[in-house]
Amino acid sequence: MDEIVMIDSVERYIRGEMNPDERLYFEQLRKTNPEIDQMVVEHTLFLQQMNRFGELKKFKNFLNEVHTDLAEQGHINSTRLKGKAKVVYLWNKYKRVTAIAASIAGVTALSISVLVWSLTPPSTSGGYEDLKRKINNLESKTRQQDREINQVKNNQVKTQIEIAPVKYTTGGTSFLIDVKGYLITNAHVIENATNIAVENNKGTDFIAKVVFIDLKRDLAILKITDDNYKPLSSIPYTISKSATELAEPIFTLGYPRNEIVYGQGYLSAKTGYNGDTLSCQIEIAANRGNSGSPILNRNGEVIGVLNGRQKDAEGFTFAIHSKYIYQALEQMKKDTTDSTYQYIKLPSKSSIKDVDRVQQVKKVEECVFMVKVN
Amino acid sequence: MKQETNEQGLLLGLAKNDKKAVETIYKENYNMVQALIIRNNGSVDDAKDIFQEAMIVLYEKVRSGSFELNCLIKTYVFSVSRRLWLKRLQQMNRYSPEVESLEDVIPVEEEMEDHTRRNSEFQVMEKAINNLGEPCKSLLEAYYMEKKSMQEIAANFGYTNADNAKNQKYKCLMRLKKLFFTQYKNGGQ
Repeated sequence: MDEIVMIDSVERYIRGEMNPDERLYFEQLRKTNPEIDQMVVEHTLFLQQMNRFGELKKFKNFLNEVHTDLAEQGHINSTRLKGKAKVVYLWNKYKRVTAIAASIAGVTALSISVLVWSLTPPSTSGGYEDLKRKINNLESKTRQQDREINQVKNNQVKTQIEIAPVKYTTGGTSFLIDVKGYLITNAHVIENATNIAVENNKGTDFIAKVVFIDLKRDLAILKITDDNYKPLSSIPYTISKSATELAEPIFTLGYPRNEIVYGQGYLSAKTGYNGDTLSCQIEIAANRGNSGSPILNRNGEVIGVLNGRQKDAEGFTFAIHSKYIYQALEQMKKDTTDSTYQYIKLPSKSSIKDVDRVQQVKKVEECVFMVKVN
Repeated sequence: MKQETNEQGLLLGLAKNDKKAVETIYKENYNMVQALIIRNNGSVDDAKDIFQEAMIVLYEKVRSGSFELNCLIKTYVFSVSRRLWLKRLQQMNRYSPEVESLEDVIPVEEEMEDHTRRNSEFQVMEKAINNLGEPCKSLLEAYYMEKKSMQEIAANFGYTNADNAKNQKYKCLMRLKKLFFTQYKNGGQ
């Protein structure tokens, strides 16, 4: 039988287009001829698939049509993502990439630093010391040159010319109590001193001398004798006469390094080491060089002078009560015949009472000097 | 009660390719699905694909004569979309353990299996037809899908008579069947 006719018959049979006689004959044929039966089954399946394919394809096109229509009419918010949605979408889409990039960057950075670290020759503390000493020498030389220039300028020939550069061995901190150049520091700072210099926060050195020592109270008064010293217009803090309260917040400025260092804490006890009533205990980190630092409260009043810490325990720092500054001053005025000292006047008004800490420190900083002694 | 009849009406409409019904279902559910997809690493195009696939799942269900959803169309479409998107994410190796959703979800595993099988059949057929080339493709489509008569086809395709067209159609059909069944028997691979 012609295969074209055969397929045509099968299709007509499947679609039920045969007349009863034809149909009967065809079913007979199907039963006797398994090949034809197989063909019918196969073609039925195939036509089903074709139909479904056609239907679905049509439906898909239909859906696309609907989608476009609805988007145009604004019933669905397709087409464009706006604002936040877009950011969220982009972030979601690329967060894996971002994470991978970040980890690669991290690993690279780490390995480079390991490489640099392992290839760099280890810096020794000895090298650091060397540098420091050189700077000191340089400073001393500059100072010496300055002096020589001054001498030439003044046309004064002194018999004693210091040729050896001054080498300062120890140091501490001091602060102004009078704009004319009077400073308070600890007596132990200037003990056995032959030369004293003070350096302000800008790094300028001034020659100073001791005008009064009170070993009992561990206080000393210095006077700047250097011609280069320009008196400040005023001192921003006052010196407190009254006792302070426990837990009062306090701060200090000092020179434990070559740089001025700020520290803050609170008053922790009204007496000092072993019940010493001259001093009080404060909670502030202090190091060598902090001796003589002013202790100020938030109103800008000096309440004490830092003078030491307990060796065998952490966090025990002591300060001399500020009222003893007044006593020391009185004592000095009594002892001396020099009339200029009679005019020393302690600052009476704090100009930094209601300003914030940064501003307070900025003002106080100018009045705190490093003491260098040899 | 009114809602139920409404929903039934929509499903019947869908089965009959009624434009109004399809538009209504589309309008009421698309934004929800898009929001889901975009919240979970997808794009607008992904959302469109997934939603339309879910519509096809629903369409196939009603075409097979089953109008029993046991839930709202909304829930059904959402559940299917969610499942489809999870599967898509897995295929892209961007599997996120939880596709977040606050909406109701019903289990749709059976539907998914059916759909996956049908989908692969669809793809086998699509591939076979696309490999067929012209004029066979258009000829068969005209006859089997657009249900045109042989006379019309002969006129449209420039055959001298219907018998010629029938002859050509036969050759094309045999080729397509061969293409289709080699793929089909390999399980669509």
